Amino acid sequence: MIKLRALTKYFGKKIVLDKVDLVIPDGESLAVIGPSGCGKSTLLRILIRLIDPTSGSINIDGEEVTLLSEDGLMRIRQKVGMIFQTAALFDSLSVYENVAFGLRERGNMLEKEIAQTVKDKLALVELSGTEALYPAELSGGMQKRVSIARALAFNPKIILYDEPTTGLDPITSVTIENLMLKLQQELNVTSVIVTHVMQTVNRVAKKIVMLHQGKLIETGSPEETKKTSSKIVKDFITGGL
Amino acid sequence: MQYKNIPEEVGDKVYSWLEEFGRMVELFLSIIANVFKGKINLKLTFDQMVKIGIDSLPLCLTTAAFIGMVFAIQIAGEFVRFGAGRFVGGVMSIAMARELGPAITGIVVAARVSASITAELGTMCVTEQIDALRALGASTTRYLVIPRFIAAALMMPLLTILADVLGFLGGYLVATAFGGINAVQYLETAQRLVSTWDIYGGILKTVIFGAIIAVIACHRGLNTKGGAKGVGEATTSSVVTTLICLFIVNYFLSVLFFK
Repeated sequence: MIKLRALTKYFGKKIVLDKVDLVIPDGESLAVIGPSGCGKSTLLRILIRLIDPTSGSINIDGEEVTLLSEDGLMRIRQKVGMIFQTAALFDSLSVYENVAFGLRERGNMLEKEIAQTVKDKLALVELSGTEALYPAELSGGMQKRVSIARALAFNPKIILYDEPTTGLDPITSVTIENLMLKLQQELNVTSVIVTHVMQTVNRVAKKIVMLHQGKLIETGSPEETKKTSSKIVKDFITGGL
Repeated sequence: MQYKNIPEEVGDKVYSWLEEFGRMVELFLSIIANVFKGKINLKLTFDQMVKIGIDSLPLCLTTAAFIGMVFAIQIAGEFVRFGAGRFVGGVMSIAMARELGPAITGIVVAARVSASITAELGTMCVTEQIDALRALGASTTRYLVIPRFIAAALMMPLLTILADVLGFLGGYLVATAFGGINAVQYLETAQRLVSTWDIYGGILKTVIFGAIIAVIACHRGLNTKGGAKGVGEATTSSVVTTLICLFIVNYFLSVLFFK
């Protein structure tokens, strides 16, 4: 379970997150929506302290993340898989080496076990046989799927998606959404999805919250959100039409 | 009106320099702590030794040889005019060992390697690869910084030894062929005037240069912001800062070691 309490982040004098309170139960599929630049990605990064919060509390499975040392953070980060907006594959490493990276860094698996894990994870994202390719040789959708395979290597309990379908064509977007649904159903992972693509939200999320001026406006399930009385939320999901 | 905020702006600038310096010291201490804990990736360190050391050889040695040749031809004429031609070998060897060898190596590596390190890490930073690395539970200091730090600190002395030799030999060729200097006297005074400490002191300086280059280049790379423009600015700033630091540190080390 993830619990955020009074989470605040300033960049200089600008407030990006303003005393955010949020509880994400195990197995939840939560979409964080909001316009570009509203701090959604910052929220995701703060969860595993890629960025430090200015104040407030982040609790993951009973551990206070804000108090952890660098070694403690590495332990937490191995429980959490993160998929970046740009896929963020290591361009000097092959697909195999990308997926194996975290496992090798952890240093407690034999190369044979790592090879099997890489094979399994690539099969899960339907990219078997691409082990020897480099990121530059993959399409955008394939890069996203390798990124998901890499994040799954540790069998994380929580997956953080940063704009998973932004910039992809409609068919590739559906492929990624199907994969996200498959992970939720088969692995029962907790998903936090930051996006402004409403199709992805409607297909994948069970609950939606909207970030507006640094505060989270809780709106409930996708169906409830469609019936919301909040003009801000309504304008966002309908594109102001 | 336009001068109203000058004290405030100067104060902000000084504060940001001090903050930057503090972060570099923090990175250096973190490197040392991790090295003492034995958290060294030998494969990556070896790869960096090849990139920083072996790949810098052509530029470093060519520069050293030609600087040695130019220096020799300049001093040989003057020394012969004042009847001190036999000291050319001695002066060449002292200059190469104490200053020219270390300085040439430092400048060449600072320009070539700090630009390369900052551009590589900066690009990783703006394409979220650094965040991805940390999200996968890896330490940027252990995975990216320490291999470059150790490689720079180890390869700089080796490059300097070769630069010393090439510079000295370049000077020998030019001084004896065109400067009217006797070959035996060149070698004899070189042997007589240069001390072991001149050589060791010069080499020791470059270990420190290597550490400075790696820390500044990695720090700038890991803190790059703003896409391709940011990478370009970080790279330029890294080379400039490294060179300024090397010149300042070189002065103080020379005073400390050879005065």
